Amino acid sequence: MNTTEQHIASAFDRDLEAIQANIMKMGGLVEAAIMSSARSLETRDEELAQEVRAGDKAIDALEDLINEETARLIALRAPTAGDLRLVLSVLKVSGNLERIGDYSKNIAKRTGVLVQSPPVNDSAAALRRMAREVELMLKDALDAYIQRDAELAQDVINRDHEVDQMYNALFREFLTFMAEDPRNITSCMHLHFIAKNIERMGDHVTSIAEQVVYLVTGARPEEARPKADTTSVVTEG
Amino acid sequence: MFDTQTHKDNAVESKATKIECRDCQVYYGDTHAIKDVNVDIEDKTVTAFIGPSGCGKSTFLRCLNRMNDTIDIARVMGSFKLDGEEIYDKRVDPVQLRAKVGMVFQKPNPFPKSIYDNVAYGPRIHGLARNKADLDEIVEKSLRRGAIWDEVKDRLDAPGTGLSGGQQQRLCIARAVATEPEVLLMDEPCSALDPIATAQVEELIDELRQRYSVVIVTHSMQQAARVSQKTAFFHLGNLVEFGETGQIFTNPEDPRTESYITGRIG
Repeated sequence: MNTTEQHIASAFDRDLEAIQANIMKMGGLVEAAIMSSARSLETRDEELAQEVRAGDKAIDALEDLINEETARLIALRAPTAGDLRLVLSVLKVSGNLERIGDYSKNIAKRTGVLVQSPPVNDSAAALRRMAREVELMLKDALDAYIQRDAELAQDVINRDHEVDQMYNALFREFLTFMAEDPRNITSCMHLHFIAKNIERMGDHVTSIAEQVVYLVTGARPEEARPKADTTSVVTEG
Repeated sequence: MFDTQTHKDNAVESKATKIECRDCQVYYGDTHAIKDVNVDIEDKTVTAFIGPSGCGKSTFLRCLNRMNDTIDIARVMGSFKLDGEEIYDKRVDPVQLRAKVGMVFQKPNPFPKSIYDNVAYGPRIHGLARNKADLDEIVEKSLRRGAIWDEVKDRLDAPGTGLSGGQQQRLCIARAVATEPEVLLMDEPCSALDPIATAQVEELIDELRQRYSVVIVTHSMQQAARVSQKTAFFHLGNLVEFGETGQIFTNPEDPRTESYITGRIG
């Protein structure tokens, strides 16, 4: 892609820049939502959880705005080649970010329930580490996006493996807690959904990174990303 | 349901080569207008030539039916083979060649004759009709292929120059197909037409591709994208990139192609 060259129609450049600026703004809000939701869980901070839930509206509004701007740009500018790939990636990335925002909101909702009962072991800290990993991946994916860095994007895709493994470990841990003491079931069910939410966030971040590879190279990433979530075949124990 | 038919229509199929061009050079005096161009024009395919003004795309198009012969200072070198026969061979009669390789120009240029005679002219001089009934049939068939029959069938004796611009251009296309050409060259055929006439001509081009090999020069990149299956990008006399149209418009290989089609200063 020739990102250094300007369009002859300078308004086209301004439109493309405005849309990308909104993606970065949305990315910033989503990164904050991930970390705040995980922190509210660990510190049992109901007020912070409430903030995350309320903040999701701004993320959704940005997605709507980006979709409208993108539709307008397609109608007015008929983008081609690298411009076309950019516009397509914007639509997908904003969708991925919106989903990650929803998962954060869901974590914050469950936090509201979890603070009613005693903490289960130190699982909240483990979940926060997992969320931290996903947030770093998102940060790198967005950096790769804005810098058109396919190598960094590929690195992010490879790192999703680690998130999957953290999820596998937590899945087994929650299963054990529930088997040991049925009074843990309510909390562990919520904690498990939180772990699953974070694992899904990792998948959306991976999808963003895949969009970066497509944007830069015009081709999908070569290998299918590694699948390390093995819990779908786990039986008891 | 998934429309497999549409999908198939747009798919790239490997078609037989209609015109094979090798090491082609064109000079206008000292100016090197076409530099070492190699390209295979496929049969039953629309090939679009795109590129900035002065890039050589029209010059190259005009080589394909020896229109540059009429320009004294033009020198054409290299090999142009239509169905394996060298078209610049001394034994080839350019008039016969141009009956096989028809041409439609930027500005509609009907003869100052009736609509009927505009279309009948070519078949008459090439002796394609044995009698009046034959000729009537050719004229009707050609006007139908030009997608203008219904609009003119009641006034075939009216002058062609009295039609609207879009109708005139379709009349010229009907005239070009009346001699049953194998290749149809179109140099900016829609630049003088309104969007509706343009859409009609584009629809017509898509129908013509069932029978002919069509080569179109256009400044409208969207038109190239809409009507062609293959696209060639010319720049400063070089053929920079030639490929499947979908690929050229989503993921061109050469940065010069990308700059041009995305509207950047290259």
